[in-house]
Amino acid sequence: MRTPFVFLTFLTAAFLCSPVSAQLKPGNVDNGKRLFMFNGCYQCHGTLGQGGAAGARLAQTKLTQQGFIAFVRNPPPSNMPPYRAKIMPDQELVDVYAYVQTFPVPLNPANIPLLKP
Amino acid sequence: MAKSKNSRRGFLRGAAAAAIGAPVAMAQQAALKPEASSAVPEVTSNQRPGADFMVDVFKTLGFEYCAANPGSSFRGLQESLITYGGNKSPEWLTCCHEESSAAMAHGYFKVEGKPMMIMAHGTVGLQHASMAIYNAWCDRVPVYVVLGNILDVNYRRGNAEWVHSVQDAAAMVRDYIKWDDTPVTLQHFAESAVRAYKVAMTPPYEPVAIVADGALQEEPISEKNLRIPKLALSAPPQGEIAAVRQAAKMLVEAENPVIVAGRVARTPKGVELLVELAETLQAPVRDQRLRMNFPTRHPLAGNADLKNADVILSLETQDLWSSLNNQTGLNKFGMEFRRTANGKLIDISAVELNYKSNYQDFGHYLEPALSITGDVEATLPSLIEEIRKLLTADRKRALAERGAKIVDANRKARERDRELATLAWDASPISTARLSAELWAQIKNEDWSLVSTDNFQSAWPGRLWDFTKHYQYIGGQGGAGIGYGAPAAVGAALANRKYGRLTINIQCDGDFNYAPGVFWTAAHHRIPMLSVMHNNRAYHQERMYLQMMGNKFDRGLGNSDVGTALTDPFIDYASIAKGYGLYAEGPISDPKDLGPAIGRAIARVKAGQPALLDTVTQPR
Repeated sequence: MRTPFVFLTFLTAAFLCSPVSAQLKPGNVDNGKRLFMFNGCYQCHGTLGQGGAAGARLAQTKLTQQGFIAFVRNPPPSNMPPYRAKIMPDQELVDVYAYVQTFPVPLNPANIPLLKP
Repeated sequence: MAKSKNSRRGFLRGAAAAAIGAPVAMAQQAALKPEASSAVPEVTSNQRPGADFMVDVFKTLGFEYCAANPGSSFRGLQESLITYGGNKSPEWLTCCHEESSAAMAHGYFKVEGKPMMIMAHGTVGLQHASMAIYNAWCDRVPVYVVLGNILDVNYRRGNAEWVHSVQDAAAMVRDYIKWDDTPVTLQHFAESAVRAYKVAMTPPYEPVAIVADGALQEEPISEKNLRIPKLALSAPPQGEIAAVRQAAKMLVEAENPVIVAGRVARTPKGVELLVELAETLQAPVRDQRLRMNFPTRHPLAGNADLKNADVILSLETQDLWSSLNNQTGLNKFGMEFRRTANGKLIDISAVELNYKSNYQDFGHYLEPALSITGDVEATLPSLIEEIRKLLTADRKRALAERGAKIVDANRKARERDRELATLAWDASPISTARLSAELWAQIKNEDWSLVSTDNFQSAWPGRLWDFTKHYQYIGGQGGAGIGYGAPAAVGAALANRKYGRLTINIQCDGDFNYAPGVFWTAAHHRIPMLSVMHNNRAYHQERMYLQMMGNKFDRGLGNSDVGTALTDPFIDYASIAKGYGLYAEGPISDPKDLGPAIGRAIARVKAGQPALLDTVTQPR
């Protein structure tokens, strides 16, 4: 019964705690990439958002921009530290989100000989 | 201490008299013409030194190797081992650091199943070796440590032997070894050396230490009727049968049991028994991969959900608590946690037989519903038998239906893993999934053995490779002491050598830099092994911790590479490896170059040479 509680807490955080200002500019992919590397996002999530033992996959994330920002501000219990606005302002997260949207989709493993079972 | 007329003590007295009474030039002359000086003592003997008897003792214990960096406090033992003992059984392995010696013994055991002996000074050598011994302790691995020491002050020649001497040599590591002794006679040495082996090899396996006193090594044998006690290993402790029956009942009645495997398989039989248990119960196995416990592609192998389990069977697990509870991100280092898995816990482990207080490797108290103290591998046959007795035809049908669902979920998870491996497939730095897939393509038809943990590569080898045999995976450090990887890999590769197995080591760059000289040991002793450097150019775990701390107090992230990055300059691992005598290529940054390089390196390894590929990789 605790999972729904956590999920509701997360949704509340997503929609109440981190409203994205209407004045924010559209995401800048280049700046998002720079921030993604400089702030060390790649260390857990991989340079192309492939994810790994230390961080969730970001490639093809289902999070909306608003949900993404809320997630970064208040991640659920995990190794992910919360990034407050003083560290990464909303505009920077919008840029990072724009970069995240450029991550490639998974390939069909059947077409990669090395990945045949 | 028994003495003979040819004693080293007499030599020391004579040498001291000569040094005091003669000018330097005369002393030099005397050194050139020893027969001309009446002060030259009896320095030779046709008697056997005590160290020869110590070697006789070691030979009865069946050691194949003795890994050591040479040291004056065990010079007698070294000379006896390589000359009197013929440098075989055990054979001396030249190590460049005592941490390498201990970690080599650690890795060797996990493939071969029997201890390797190491030697070290009781002071500075053991100080070097101590972290690696702690890793072995936490990993329940027996390392047989022989410590040189000169207890009698009259036997110490000059400053070096004073600063290398100690009242109680094993005290430094006593918190994380199972037993030690400081014998004062050769007969005492024989008894304690045999006892030490027996203690180390009684589960839970742990390191032991025996002190070889310098005078005892170097004095001629004067004790009469010396004999070596016969080694008789103990049968491992088995779980009490009434408790085992209770566990069987709980497991058979459970709707969603989950088996969590920590250090289950001490021998190849352990893998077979865990498969038998899982198939009998049709229960999923969540493997902590501290050993090769369970085949990675077995239909019941998977990341089973503990939250929905009504019974959790913990088989000598490590830190299971963290899988049963959540801690909040902000309070990772604090006290805030919440239990997320509430199934009844059955805990089977022999570790409680050997708890110590100081070091905290035992982890949180798990609050089991049923606790069985006993060796897992020794207890599994009776547990399986008791489960079978309770299985009715109806229950078997229900379990089969449950098993089919688990198998289907695990099959889908494996398909998903292959899909996820394609993300960043062509990325540079090379993804750990690509690296693992490139390796697998070239070893899957060989008799291979991965001798490094795959934790640092997001477990991609475990997710993509077909692990079935006990020597194909040996887990990790145990105590999370970094610097284990390279020497443990060399030790494991040594164990694999006589079986002709192809040894693969995915080597973390940070780990390698602690004591890289062990690669020279591999080259010197012709230990074939392919090391692929997971060169992510940073201590990433610690970098993430700095980011976490910086975030917690809103101080920014910009300094997180200070003290954690291995850049400026980049380290040229291929050149280092070549300098140690390995075949090496790199740095390799383009994933398209990796496959051909692996092929070339494997050809060298098959010819008997250690090889290294420096691959520039993603962090995890």
